[in-house]
Amino acid sequence: MKNILLILRREYLVRIKKKSFWIMTLLMPLLISGFYALLFWGVFSSRELQRVSIIDESGAFTQKFKDSEKVKFEYLKLPLDSAINRLNQKRTDIVALIPANIMEEPKSLKIFTGKGVGFEIQGKIENIIQNEIRNVKLSKAGIDQKVLEDADVDVSSKVVVVSKEGEQKEQNTLASTILGTIAVILMFSTVVGFGMQVMRGVIEEKTNRIIEVIISSVKPFQLMLGKILGVGLVGLTQFGLWITLTFALTTISSSLLPSQQIAKAAQEQMSEMPQKDKDKIAKKVEQTPSDAGKVMQFFNSAKDLNIPLIIGCFLFYFLFGYLFYASVYGAIGSAVDNETDTQQFMFPIMLPLLAGYMIGLMTAGQADNKLLFWASIVPFTAPITMMARLPFGVEPWELILSMSLLVISTFGMVWLAAKIYRVGILMYGKKPTFKEIGKWLFYKG
Amino acid sequence: MNNILEVHNVVKRYSQHTALNNVSINIPKGVIFGLLGPNGAGKTSLIRIINQITGPDEGYVLFDGQKLNPQHIREIGYLPEERGLYKKMKVGEQLLYLAQLKGLSEKQALEKLKEWFIKFDIKTWWTKNVEDLSKGMQQKIQFVATVLHEPQLIILDEPFSGFDPINADLIKNEILELKEKGSTIIFSTHRMESVEELCDHIALINKSQKVLDGEKKEIKERFKTNTYNIQYAGELLTTSDDFEIVRTEKIADNFSSSTIKLNHGTPVNQLIRQIIDQVELRSFGENIPTMNDIFKMVVNETID
Repeated sequence: MKNILLILRREYLVRIKKKSFWIMTLLMPLLISGFYALLFWGVFSSRELQRVSIIDESGAFTQKFKDSEKVKFEYLKLPLDSAINRLNQKRTDIVALIPANIMEEPKSLKIFTGKGVGFEIQGKIENIIQNEIRNVKLSKAGIDQKVLEDADVDVSSKVVVVSKEGEQKEQNTLASTILGTIAVILMFSTVVGFGMQVMRGVIEEKTNRIIEVIISSVKPFQLMLGKILGVGLVGLTQFGLWITLTFALTTISSSLLPSQQIAKAAQEQMSEMPQKDKDKIAKKVEQTPSDAGKVMQFFNSAKDLNIPLIIGCFLFYFLFGYLFYASVYGAIGSAVDNETDTQQFMFPIMLPLLAGYMIGLMTAGQADNKLLFWASIVPFTAPITMMARLPFGVEPWELILSMSLLVISTFGMVWLAAKIYRVGILMYGKKPTFKEIGKWLFYKG
Repeated sequence: MNNILEVHNVVKRYSQHTALNNVSINIPKGVIFGLLGPNGAGKTSLIRIINQITGPDEGYVLFDGQKLNPQHIREIGYLPEERGLYKKMKVGEQLLYLAQLKGLSEKQALEKLKEWFIKFDIKTWWTKNVEDLSKGMQQKIQFVATVLHEPQLIILDEPFSGFDPINADLIKNEILELKEKGSTIIFSTHRMESVEELCDHIALINKSQKVLDGEKKEIKERFKTNTYNIQYAGELLTTSDDFEIVRTEKIADNFSSSTIKLNHGTPVNQLIRQIIDQVELRSFGENIPTMNDIFKMVVNETID
């Protein structure tokens, strides 16, 4: 036990002291919080006023375009050429030409701009014209304005998850899906990444020939376990730092834009508009993800997620998933003389990992997918695929079953790997085959 | 108990071949013991069993009278033929680590390391990465790692390979000093001149079997062919039943060198008396076989 700790400490310290460890550790939270900050910035700081000039040749849209905080409309009674001149002189940002026959050919609307037009503004202009054309056409068909206003309803839904105990909980599928997907990617890349580190470490010891010195002091099993645990601890350290740093940085970046201010901004935007438009905005909120309301909704529902449970489970599945695969990686490392010889063994080990990864990504959001369910029970794929299910809530018995199977098979895998490792580390000069490695399992001490 | 190590009827089989076939060796305390044998004879297998890297399929090993067990690991120091250290690790940290794996506390290890660093005058190496040292320097570090925990039994596999003559001498003196202090040294090598120089006892393993062992002096005695080399002026003719001339070589005019085989039971003085009657004797020496001769003789014999 003392030896395992000594080995663990060395493996841990050697890696912690590397520059690359700190670069990775610091870069990830910066990227995440940078992304987070960018999201806010994109929503709340693009408040540059856009001047839109309307040339209404049809004459049907007088007073239909109303200014908002972001857009100021003006009606021009000029020919297109002079309007475009104004564009060049930067006296306007966008020129929208509504041709006379817009009612017959709705696709003939043209928008001119000097520097490109935001999707949002384009959509806004199109929406107003589209609504107006519909109103006109429906009026012509004999439907009066009152009925039209009545018919303009907004349907939106909330997903409510009902548990067996009858507890009802609102759920945001988007937030859960995004979180699940991130967790799947993170789990896959860390299990593979740290597993490879174990393999390289084993190969290094073998090619360095220090292996013989070490195993004349400790048992091969102690060396293998110490190495795997040491590298695993590096992984946990990295996660710990990531979580802490990400939390700290996102707190800082969102305190630059306090949530009250965000809420106020969203409210102002709404109250500025007449009641009728409010509904439309609400509808748009559903449609365009870059809108303030959507972001608020997203973060609010993310708050409903059981983050401690998800993080706890993530760490558990990382630890055992990593132990499971790292011991395989370790065994492979022991069997070869250099990294190029590992190719033939990489495929069988990557296969279940990739399968879990693909299943996790493709079925993310489908919490009751049968394939996903089974993949999250089977130990080979469980560490990765369970991540896709966790944010949607997993029945305790499923979680317990999946975890116990993983723990049991991890012990089994470590035991098998140790048998290969013990023989492999002393074998030099020949490329082993699967058959030969199979034989090693039955060698006596 | 006079033997530090007793190997009793050890058999080690691998799937394709038998590496050790019923090998028994006794290694007395405080000697330098030469473990000899051609490549692939089974030396490394035996060393690995002594180091408890692998176990024997049959037979057993006694260390200081006790059956070999994990407690003995710290009583053994092993310098493998293929040297190796962690390249990216600092020399000092590495030696501390290896010493702790052998059961020393960090404090003990530091104290002992200090002595060695002063002795070898390598104080400046402490914070260097191993990869920045020359091969010879790395070998020195590895030697320190082998003996740092003051083991009772030190196993050196080709300890001089890779050393220049000056450093080889340095290591040789260290080995002798360790012996003085009471350590037993197993010395595995092909280089017979160092066996000649250092070893008290030897065992020769060939084709998985021990073919020869004992005290070096006694073995040489055993392999003596009762021949003598003489140089003389004049002409030597065999006129006696006491000896025969095996080979004569003319070195200069009226000056020759001969190898003479003395027939069994004839005293040496009688031979000399008979020779000086015939020629003017310039030199006379007994033909004692070198370890090299013995090695070749025994190995070739077992091949036939």
